[in-house]
Amino acid sequence: MDAKKLNKVDLIFDQEGCNALEVLDKALECTPDDIINDMIDSGLKGRGGAGFPTGLKWKFTRAEDDPVKYVICNADEGEPGTFKDREILDKVPAKVFTGMAIAAHAIGAKKGFIYVRAEYRFMRKTLQKQVDEFNQILKDKGHDFHIELRWGSGAYVCGEESALFESMEGKRGEPRNKPPYPTKNGYLNKPTVINNVETLVYATMIFRMGPSEFNKLGTADSCGSKVFSVSGDTNNPGIYELEMGLHVNDFVDEFGDGDTKAVQIGGAAGFCVPRKNFNNLVIGFEGIPTGGSMMLFNSTRSMYNVLHDYLEFFTEESCGNCTPCRVGCQQLLKGIEAVKSGGKSPSYLDDLKSLAKTMRTSSKCGLGQSVANPFISIIDNFKEEIIY
Amino acid sequence: MGKFEVNLKINDLPVTIEEGTTILDAAQKLNFRIPTLCHHPDLCVAGNCRVCVVEQTGAKTLPAACATPVAEGMEIFTNSAKVRQARKHVVELLLSEHKSECTSCYKNGKCELQELAIEYRISEDTFLKLVEEKGYTIDDLSPAIIKDDSKCIRCQRCVRTCTQIQSISALAVINKGDEQKIATFLDKPMHSVVCTNCGQCVSHCPTGALVEKNYIDQVWDVINDPNLHVVVQTAPAVRIGLGEELELSPGDRVTGKMVAALRRLGFNSVLDTDFSADLTIMEEGTELLTRLKKALVDKDESVKLPMTTSCSPGWIKFIEHKYPEYLDNVSTCKSPQQMFGALAKTFYAEKKGLKAEKVVSVSIMPCTAKKYEADRPEMRDSGYKDVDYVLTTRELAAMVRQAGMDFSALENENYDSIMGKSTGAAVIFGSTGGVMEAALRTAYEIVTGREVPFENLNIMPVRGLKGVKEAKVKIENVKPEWGFLEGVELSCAIAHGLANAKILMDKVKAGEADYHFIEIMACPGGCLGGGGQPMPVSDKIRQKRMDAIYQEDESLEFRKSHENAEVQAIYKEFLGEPLGHKSHELLHTTYKKRKKY
Ligand SMILES: Cc1cc2nc3c(=O)[nH]c(=O)nc-3n(C[C@H](O)[C@H](O)[C@H](O)COP(=O)(O)O)c2cc1C
Ligand code: SF4
Ligand code: SF4
Ligand code: SF4
Ligand code: SF4
Ligand code: FES
Repeated sequence: MDAKKLNKVDLIFDQEGCNALEVLDKALECTPDDIINDMIDSGLKGRGGAGFPTGLKWKFTRAEDDPVKYVICNADEGEPGTFKDREILDKVPAKVFTGMAIAAHAIGAKKGFIYVRAEYRFMRKTLQKQVDEFNQILKDKGHDFHIELRWGSGAYVCGEESALFESMEGKRGEPRNKPPYPTKNGYLNKPTVINNVETLVYATMIFRMGPSEFNKLGTADSCGSKVFSVSGDTNNPGIYELEMGLHVNDFVDEFGDGDTKAVQIGGAAGFCVPRKNFNNLVIGFEGIPTGGSMMLFNSTRSMYNVLHDYLEFFTEESCGNCTPCRVGCQQLLKGIEAVKSGGKSPSYLDDLKSLAKTMRTSSKCGLGQSVANPFISIIDNFKEEIIY
Repeated sequence: MGKFEVNLKINDLPVTIEEGTTILDAAQKLNFRIPTLCHHPDLCVAGNCRVCVVEQTGAKTLPAACATPVAEGMEIFTNSAKVRQARKHVVELLLSEHKSECTSCYKNGKCELQELAIEYRISEDTFLKLVEEKGYTIDDLSPAIIKDDSKCIRCQRCVRTCTQIQSISALAVINKGDEQKIATFLDKPMHSVVCTNCGQCVSHCPTGALVEKNYIDQVWDVINDPNLHVVVQTAPAVRIGLGEELELSPGDRVTGKMVAALRRLGFNSVLDTDFSADLTIMEEGTELLTRLKKALVDKDESVKLPMTTSCSPGWIKFIEHKYPEYLDNVSTCKSPQQMFGALAKTFYAEKKGLKAEKVVSVSIMPCTAKKYEADRPEMRDSGYKDVDYVLTTRELAAMVRQAGMDFSALENENYDSIMGKSTGAAVIFGSTGGVMEAALRTAYEIVTGREVPFENLNIMPVRGLKGVKEAKVKIENVKPEWGFLEGVELSCAIAHGLANAKILMDKVKAGEADYHFIEIMACPGGCLGGGGQPMPVSDKIRQKRMDAIYQEDESLEFRKSHENAEVQAIYKEFLGEPLGHKSHELLHTTYKKRKKY
């Protein structure tokens, strides 16, 4: 595989090299089709976790024949171990708004929303002011697009796009059945583009630097760069923008404390990579995808406790709507407790793994579907720690 | 959606079907049954139980057949190893969250969860039992409905029923994750919230989590007490539902067998709510004509129109909660059940030379709200509780089974007298539109001296399963004493299911309606689709029961309430005249405003 060496990049937070308003002017002059083609050419995939090609998402939404469409910026940032969207909104809000305006121009939307994580309320005043200013600028430019802020109420599942729509509509935050997808039936059942905060900033940057320039970064499957939230047993926790497609090994060399035994890539919903695999796995869509959360664990950590924490999180944060996830999470949690205490034999872990696979295939939304990721990867690699 | 056709394969068999159809329905077309729990033909799609998952070639996940539309070129497998494993897991998980006590459970043998557990040979030991830790308590404070969260599988059929069919939302989902459950407002007991006791949630619940409060043992006790005289009345819709609950087919009419069975169960006298339904028509028809006169001739502003019917206790509680400003529009007539009850311990006891306190009155109803109605403090005009016990069609069937009767082999028998005679007009009370039709048959004839101008007395515009129906009847060539009605076009509306009632009432509220008379039944289809009727239920089944009701009507010699000889007799011997003093005392009632939540 054509992996990349660790390469720090400065696109997202770069202020000098990018005047968001100039980019906006440039983008508004382009036709929607040009914008969408540029986005497709850039190879940008969604940075919220699922990694759907952004250009295609915009294209599908544009193709819908409906006078009312929406652009939504997903700033719910609920994945344990991610804290980059907060920083982006705090440092470069104009780039986020610009990304939304570009998307709106591309699909033909007049209204946009930013759905912000409840815990980020401390930003409320500033963010509202910045949104107001931006709306004014759009108005002055004669551009018919308006952004509004919406606040979450603290449920992890409301970061899932369809649950987010329900929440915005004032209903219980529960995922919808899919299809139909948001590009057709999103907020208020209207065609909707929903993108992660970071994705929208990259959209802005792609207009700044051109799709081919962006495309030069990263690998064939994972174009460009990505913002990582680094936490856990590291001497350098924080937010880093790195070129996509690097080996876990290089990442650990840079951020580990010399005693790293595992990295949890992609947050609680992601995969646990043990030391023995650092060398042969790539961080990116061809290897281990991530919305940005990178948690390092050294040898002092009990992987039982790590898994237990994750399962407690999912047990509480499952919306409770569907059986595999609601009951499955409880069973996995109580199950490892029972194995630990000797109430169930170690072979019960196999039953639980089989159950986790059913959760992956049969849950209604990404939450329940991804619980198997940490569960199976931790059980497979740290079985002794779970049992003894 | 256009009528595009889609080609796909299910279990290697090709099928062509309309775009937008679900995989579930497409499979059905090929005669592959996919198990379901949260799915119900009456309700919007939920897709939450996941027991209907199927395998789709090329897809990473197993789509839920009930919630996934077909697509061109799809390849679906409904019974692969992967699918069976996932389904097994789903049922195992549900059982782990479920308090299994099938042998004592009211739903035993009629439970969809149990059926699936049997079908998949589920062992309860695969996973840990979670239900004990949850500390659920049973809510049995309502006289009509018992809610047992420990048996709930969170399919949300009840929630969708109460919201979509009844527009009440007494039940909703609260909390998330392991604490998610179905609850009332602030998780209060059912009897203290906006619930109308209609029982539609009960008849849509796949498990024993929502059931009617049953009074089977109490009824056995009174039957077995030689000092008591137990009379039983049977509502119109029971005779077309009981057979279905006892392994016959939907729409089988079993009036004679039902009477025979009741007699064998040991009731001292088997009588008919249809008698008091005819009586209701006399009272309510007269009330309507009186109101019309006061409003049109006397210009009395205190008289409210449109007048609405009052025989559905679910509807009564609904309007008390939701539209209390319209309580004066509701007919003051008690429901036929309660008219019967008040007369059982007065007129009937007198005629039979019985002491009223020795008479126990039991009613068999298609309805759970009637249990609540019988408990209302207003319903003691005989000086006693007018109706002592209310059993649903399902409870009666359970008693018939307990008594070891081969129901289908019973010979037809006739009702006892007095208060056992009825007409076709009373039978059709069991269907939406029936009270309206019965009232029109009588009122029109009172006013004009002629039969209603509809072929064979069948007033077709008020029939059928359409949610809201309207009809106009022109009154012409009236008798001299009804001169003020000459040329009046009587404007009527009918709604069944409380969501439809809401539509009608909102129209009235907005001043967009010119109705004189409105019939409302709380349950879809009317009593034939009542909360105490056999399960499962769907529009297809309701239609069969409806057809049976109108067949029963046509099969009877008398089809107009005022032709009921026993009704004529009771006015002569006891009541005097409709809306007379005695009627007011025994047959009419009052309503009260209730809170909105
Ligand atoms: C349980 C769950 C939580 C999610 N939370 C977030 C979130 O906080 N932020 C986010 O951008 N995407 C989140 N997603 C992914 C979104 O559903 C959606 O895919 C994303 O917003 C699309 O944007 P993108 O294409 O730019 O990545 C979540 C998904 C799931 C299943
Ligand atoms: S997978 Fe979990 S979060 Fe998603 S719908 Fe099912 S219960 Fe809710
Ligand atoms: S609800 Fe069904 S499975 Fe549960 S105890 Fe009752 S009959 Fe058994
Ligand atoms: S009985 Fe009727 S009103 Fe009460 S909760 Fe059930 S469906 Fe709703
Ligand atoms: S009470 Fe019955 S209908 Fe309601 S969610 Fe529970 S099992 Fe389903
Ligand atoms: S029946 Fe399809 S998910 Fe429940």
